[in-house]
Amino acid sequence: MKRTLDATGLRCPLPVLETKKALREMHEGQLEVIVDNLTSLQNLEKMAKQLGLSYELQPGSEDRHSIVITVSGEVSEKAEPSAAGSTVVVLSSDQMGAGDPELGRLLMRSFIYALAELEEPPRKVLLYNSGVKLAVEGAETLADLCRLAERGVEILSCGTCLNFFNLADKLGVGSVTNMYEILASQLAAGRIVRP
Amino acid sequence: MGPEVLADILGGLPKVQDPDLLVGFDRSDDAAIYRLTPDLALVHTLDFFPPMVDDPYIFGEIAAANALSDIWAMGGEPKTALNIVCFPEKMDTGILAKILEGGSAKVREAGAILAGGHTIIDTEVKYGLSVTGVVHPERIYTNRGCAVGDMLVLTKPLGVGIICAAHRVGEASERAVQQAIASMSMLNKYAAEALKKYPVHACTDVTGFGFLGHLHEMLGGECSAVIFGSEVPVIPEALAYASEFLITGAAQRNRNYLEGQVQFGPAVDFSLEEVLFDPQTSGGLLVSLPKAAAGDLLAELQSTGLACGIVGEIVEQEEKEIVVL
Repeated sequence: MKRTLDATGLRCPLPVLETKKALREMHEGQLEVIVDNLTSLQNLEKMAKQLGLSYELQPGSEDRHSIVITVSGEVSEKAEPSAAGSTVVVLSSDQMGAGDPELGRLLMRSFIYALAELEEPPRKVLLYNSGVKLAVEGAETLADLCRLAERGVEILSCGTCLNFFNLADKLGVGSVTNMYEILASQLAAGRIVRP
Repeated sequence: MGPEVLADILGGLPKVQDPDLLVGFDRSDDAAIYRLTPDLALVHTLDFFPPMVDDPYIFGEIAAANALSDIWAMGGEPKTALNIVCFPEKMDTGILAKILEGGSAKVREAGAILAGGHTIIDTEVKYGLSVTGVVHPERIYTNRGCAVGDMLVLTKPLGVGIICAAHRVGEASERAVQQAIASMSMLNKYAAEALKKYPVHACTDVTGFGFLGHLHEMLGGECSAVIFGSEVPVIPEALAYASEFLITGAAQRNRNYLEGQVQFGPAVDFSLEEVLFDPQTSGGLLVSLPKAAAGDLLAELQSTGLACGIVGEIVEQEEKEIVVL
């Protein structure tokens, strides 16, 4: 089955948006999208690449370009890799970035604040190594992690790490986890975010 | 217009030879500077565009903040401003009054005087300002002058272009739009005041060519930069929208222009790439200054409530001009 979407005359980001909608409705087949400028074509190409879909650019004229995107049953399953619902955030340090530790802690604090403010929070937050210090009593980041937990986000801290830092009795939010779960969560994640 | 097209056209114009024209358009800098006396120079700039928000007063504020910004990016102080207005004949003039009120409020906040303007009838609303400022000829911040070992500081978050695009098609949250408006209407005056204490090597404001496009101008083919992707301040929703492909043609034009000169590390997500190419309206200042001063400057900027970050480092010239980690 081949469908055609005429996206000429549409301003960005509409050509890409309409294409995304059309692809979502398709289980299998080919979608040809026609646009009237090269940048729209390039944006469609980027999207197809990101979604792991095969595509072919058709030769066109200066103000008429087209791309044929192929959807096969299997690939469309993967077509939403960015769904926030399957995002796992990994905090492996109490600092964000390398360099000045004071700056690193400050950045981490604002990262967790921003995370708690997101409209669509991640599914899980994994804390290991010095990252566990973010979830213990007295940590400046505890309140924001609690806000995430209240919104249904799983907050999991590495037990070995809590013991190492003598913080096992100070965990202020979420639950204790082990290496198996840390690994399994990351393998199952749609997307992993590491600040 | 895209940087590529513009460079072509401007390259065809005769270059003016005047020793007092300290900065002209051959330097792809933010504003023109003309020296009047050994210790006084004029800074000239103008900018205008169609609305990117629904509220006419806020549009006026943003257009003015954007036009004034170039003066601070050059190290100057704005003195006078003239309105530039395109307005449809049949539209409610109350809207124009609101736009001008918003613009005038920002000019006052900038410490400058609104001294006149020019209005023409057009099919589409456009507003902006021509701004004149002053600067000491020896204390001009140009685009060029980054030194190896410098740190790069960005004084506002990125992502306003993507959020405005998402808003146009009804896909942006109210919170994201409010954050974008707060950032766009914020004057770069406060960041510029904080800068005065520090040895600035180069400075520009991030606008239509996006973060990477303006960084490219700053590097001037003389050095390279390493960008710390996770340290770049971004309005969080912009990343979410980019990963939903709410992306713009203008960002793609910026990407095309820099093709081959930017390398993204494996940890850099597609959505961050888009944000780094995203054209900004009234974006922050991008400053290159010695490492020892960057931390102090950042602490000072944070105390003024601006979202900012130390976003990269200047390195010796490498094969790729910009590497994003």
